[in-house]
Amino acid sequence: MGKLTLDPNLAAPDDAYAALIEAHEGLTREESEALNARLILILMNQVGDLHVIREALAAARR
Amino acid sequence: MTYQDRYPLAFRLYPYARSADQDAGQPAHHPVAIVGGGPIGVATGLDLALRGVPVVVLDDHEGVGLGSRAICFAKRTLEIADRLGCGRQVVDKGVVWNRGRVFHDRDEVFSFDLLPEDGHRYPAFVNLQQPWFERFLVEAVDRAKAQGAPIEIRGRNRLTGLEVGEDGVTLRLDTPDGPYSLTADWLIACDGARSPIREMMGLGFEGRVFEDNFLIADVKMKADFPTERWFWFEPWFKSGASALLHKQPDDIWRIDFQLGWNIDRKAELDPARIRKRVDQMLGPGVEYELDWTSIYTFQCRRMERFRHGRVIFAGDAAHQVSPFGARGANSGIQDADNLGWKLAAVLKGQAPERLLDSYDAERIHAADENIRNSTRSTDFITPKTPQSRVFRDAVLQLAAHASFARPMVNSGRLSVPAVYDGSALNTPDALPGGPARTRPGAPCPDAALAEGGYLLDQLQEDGFTLLVLGATPPTRPEGLRMLRLDAGASPHLRDRYLGTAERALYLIRPDQHVAARWAACDAEKLARALDRAMGRL
Repeated sequence: MGKLTLDPNLAAPDDAYAALIEAHEGLTREESEALNARLILILMNQVGDLHVIREALAAARR
Repeated sequence: MTYQDRYPLAFRLYPYARSADQDAGQPAHHPVAIVGGGPIGVATGLDLALRGVPVVVLDDHEGVGLGSRAICFAKRTLEIADRLGCGRQVVDKGVVWNRGRVFHDRDEVFSFDLLPEDGHRYPAFVNLQQPWFERFLVEAVDRAKAQGAPIEIRGRNRLTGLEVGEDGVTLRLDTPDGPYSLTADWLIACDGARSPIREMMGLGFEGRVFEDNFLIADVKMKADFPTERWFWFEPWFKSGASALLHKQPDDIWRIDFQLGWNIDRKAELDPARIRKRVDQMLGPGVEYELDWTSIYTFQCRRMERFRHGRVIFAGDAAHQVSPFGARGANSGIQDADNLGWKLAAVLKGQAPERLLDSYDAERIHAADENIRNSTRSTDFITPKTPQSRVFRDAVLQLAAHASFARPMVNSGRLSVPAVYDGSALNTPDALPGGPARTRPGAPCPDAALAEGGYLLDQLQEDGFTLLVLGATPPTRPEGLRMLRLDAGASPHLRDRYLGTAERALYLIRPDQHVAARWAACDAEKLARALDRAMGRL
């Protein structure tokens, strides 16, 4: 089973963050919510490990 | 006071007849009384009677009420019905189906095939109106009675009072000829979701209520839709927030519309209004008649315990689920399957009373699994919070173009029998390489045999069976039946019972669940496993 990392894991964190913000440009609040939901589901599938996903959910709720 | 029915009947199956108990002067005594002549009560009574236990089944009507209600009967139910003597009738009358398709708006977003393998006598599912299922069970009772099975179904015997003692119960009954009483060592309560027995005993029934209403419109029409389960989320025809189309026998189609929480129930049941919804779905010019309509809400809940001393609860009286997944009647029939052999063994002095605690443990385990699946389906169909709705919609949107999201689309996970993992009756798995699906606690999957017929045909008699596949059988305890089969010649048997093992021995319970399995076993291990499975350890 994998393990969640909360240490830096992105080579270009500013670019990644900017991409996330840009993806929401011009969207209403509802559209943004829907985009976020789709994104979370896509990333969950990419992670592919329920153990890591549960750790991520717990970390996000802290 | 005259005796009043609460609902009209579809079939009059057990007309009232005055019993000798009513003229006995003092309460007649019975080993087992069952209250409730629905599918679970009759199946439990028949199971016991086929094992030689005298049973009296009491129902406040003379047959089964109108309305299709439970229409989906799962493979496991058909296998149990086969053992009880009416599996073939159910399949012959029913509509066989395996495939489900789920649509969002106009687009298909998910499909499933419930029986992707062959080598089973029975199909994954048949659709049949509940009254027919009950009728076939009662006809099986009549055939069993003709062969001497000690069972009696008493119509128009309404329970009006109950005294529960340490060693049995006293029932007060009302009939068209007035009241009488009887006593029983054991009482099985199969008296439905609103169980009067549960009320009389002051027992709780806790769980969740879902804030939604669903309209059933059974329509009679000639149509050439395939015999598949079709479910729409946010259908293009706008007849409801979701919709279901499913075929029943005799050109009847089950149509289900999700209406929401705040509705005017009476207005929604107006036939003109129902026809408007159905017209939108089927399109103009389709001729049909409304056969039966109903609006339902639902709960997911269960009793804390199913056994209360000499009173045992089964079916909807003990647990209730939403209809998505067909886990109501199907799980109730599995209650009957689990309870029958255990109570018979206790009454015959072969097992201690505590064997019945395993009914509680195993069927609560199953009920929790059914409630979990049913609750998840319902949360998807009827999201409870705005955020839950956002994720549900996101899954549906993604499913149109991303295959990973399709298995998350949940319109009901259809009933499969529970595996009794962790049951005190199981002996730890001792078959290295054995398939997971036949581990101790699992219901035996069927298999076509090289010798002809099917495996489950061979596992129908009362008592335990030692299934021997290529192994050397040890000396058996008295009364333990042995079944030697050639797994080498039967690919289904090999795949389902050997896996990568070369030989195996399976100890199989009377309800066709695996109690123990070994690569090799001696007389002592076998006797111990049998003792454990009978609650004697």
